[in-house]
Amino acid sequence: MSLDNVQTDAEGYLSNRDDWSEELAQEFAEQFSVTLSDEHWKVLNVARAIESESGSSPGLRKISKRSETPIKAIYKLFPDGPAKLIAKIAGIPKPKSCL
Amino acid sequence: MKTILILGAGTAGTAIAHKLRRRLSTEWDVAVVDPSSTHLYQPGLLFLPFGDETEERIVRERGSTLGKGITWHKDAVKTIDTERRRVELAEGEPLSYDFLIIASGTEVRPDMIDGMLGDGWQESVFDFYTLEGSKGLQKALAKFEGGRLVLNIVEMPIKCPVAPLEFAFLADAYLTKRGIRDKTELVYATPLDGAFTKPLASKTLGYLLKEKGIQVETEFMTGEVDSEKNVIRSYDEREVPYDLLVTIPPHTGARFLEDSDLADELGFIQTDHHTLAAKNAERVFCIGDATDLPSSKAGSVAHFQADLMTENVLRAIDDKELEPTFDGHSNCFVETGHGKAMLIDFNYETQPLPGQFPIPGIGPLPLLKECRRNHWAKRLFRLVYWYALLPARPIPISPTMSLAGKQLSAAAEAGGE
Repeated sequence: MSLDNVQTDAEGYLSNRDDWSEELAQEFAEQFSVTLSDEHWKVLNVARAIESESGSSPGLRKISKRSETPIKAIYKLFPDGPAKLIAKIAGIPKPKSCL
Repeated sequence: MKTILILGAGTAGTAIAHKLRRRLSTEWDVAVVDPSSTHLYQPGLLFLPFGDETEERIVRERGSTLGKGITWHKDAVKTIDTERRRVELAEGEPLSYDFLIIASGTEVRPDMIDGMLGDGWQESVFDFYTLEGSKGLQKALAKFEGGRLVLNIVEMPIKCPVAPLEFAFLADAYLTKRGIRDKTELVYATPLDGAFTKPLASKTLGYLLKEKGIQVETEFMTGEVDSEKNVIRSYDEREVPYDLLVTIPPHTGARFLEDSDLADELGFIQTDHHTLAAKNAERVFCIGDATDLPSSKAGSVAHFQADLMTENVLRAIDDKELEPTFDGHSNCFVETGHGKAMLIDFNYETQPLPGQFPIPGIGPLPLLKECRRNHWAKRLFRLVYWYALLPARPIPISPTMSLAGKQLSAAAEAGGE
C-alpha cells in the first residue's frame, strides 16, 4: 500500500494502523523532507512499541528514555515538530488529551 | 490472617480499601500504606489560587478518612518484591501480602526540568497541583497587577488533563473581576497541537479561547525555565516570556517504582486496560493515577475502577478468571469561568459527546455545554467526595459508560473518530 491508496484522517494521520508498513513510513517521511536513518528507525520503532503496549501515543520523554536518544537529538531527527512527525511516520494516532 | 495490601491512600486507595473491607470477612486484613498524615481533596487546588476555596475545606486527617477495620501503616514504601510477595518499608518491618493493590498515584516533578526549581520557584514560578504550590499561587495572584500570565503544560500525561484549561478560564474571570484583564496577556503553552485536540471539542469549544482572549502556543515542549530572563525555552529554541508562570511540571509514578519491572519509563504501572491487573506480576492490581492506562488520571476514573476492581479482586481470591469490565470511563466537570461549567463523559472508545446526564433526554446536567447547574454540581461535589466517594458509599452513576442520551452523530459531523 502506498500513500496514494491509504486512508488518512483530516490531519494526515493514518486511519488504520494495520495499513502501516516500512515502505509507507518512507513515503510519509519524504513528505516532511526527512530521510530515514537507523537513528530515526530506533525512535519510530520505540514509539510504535509503546503505543501498542499502552494504547496511547507516547510523549517525547518516554520515547527518549526507551530509545536512549536525548530529546534534543530527537528534535534534530524530526525538526518540524517531532511529536507530530513521529506519530504520522510511525502510523500511530496523534498525541492528544481528553478534549 | 490473610492480607490485601494497598499502597497509597489517596482517592483510589481509600475507596478500594473501604469497598473491600465491606465485602471481605474478618479473616482478611485490609491494610493501606501511606506516609502522609492528611488526605487532600485535589479538585480544590484549582479554586484555591483564586480565593474560592480554603485549605480547611480540602484537607482532612487521614485517620478520619480510613475509619475502623482498615489497618494504616504510616510509612513510606521502599521496594516491592513480587516474587516473595513482600513490601519493604522505609522504617517499619516488611509487610507480606496475599494480594497487592498499587494506588500510589503520581508525583509532580519540577526537578525534571532545567531551571524550574531555580530562583524563580515560588516567586514567579508556581504549580497548582500541590497544596504548597496552589497556596503560593494564591498570594502571587493577589499581588499580580498585570503582564504576561503564562500557563504551561510541560508534558503529558498529567493528572486531570482539563485542569490547565480550567485554570486559564478561571484566571480570565478572576482578572476581569479585579479590573486588570486588559493589562494581562493570558498565554496557554502546550506540547500538543492545540488547547483542544479532538475534532468535536475544537469545533464546539474553540469559541471559549477566542471569547476569553487566550493565546495558545502549540507544540511547545519546555526544555528549560530561565528565571533570570523570565522566559520558558522549548527544545526547538522558542521562547515564551512570562511575568507569572503557572507550570504543570512532568508527572511520574511514585519514586519507589522508578526502576521497578512493574512500571514503564515514567514509573507508571503497566496495567491491563480492562481487568486492571498488573501486567508483569501475579496477584498485583493497579488503580487510579498510578496506572499507565490511556484513560484520564482523574478521581472519577479511580471511583469507577474501584467499583469494578473490587469484583475482580474477589474473583482472584476465589481463583476465578478476571473479567475485562473497565472501559476507560471518565466523567469530569470543566469550569469555564463566571459561574459556569461543562460536564464531559467519555471512555477509551468514545470521545466526549453532547447530550444529557445522568438521565438520557432529561439531564439535569447537559454534556459538553456550559451552564450554571454544572458549576454548582462541581462545587457541591466536594461533599459527595468526602461523604460518599471516599468511603465508597453507593453513587448512582454506572461505572461503565452509557451511550444513552448522547448525540453520536456530533462526532462524525465534526470529522473525526
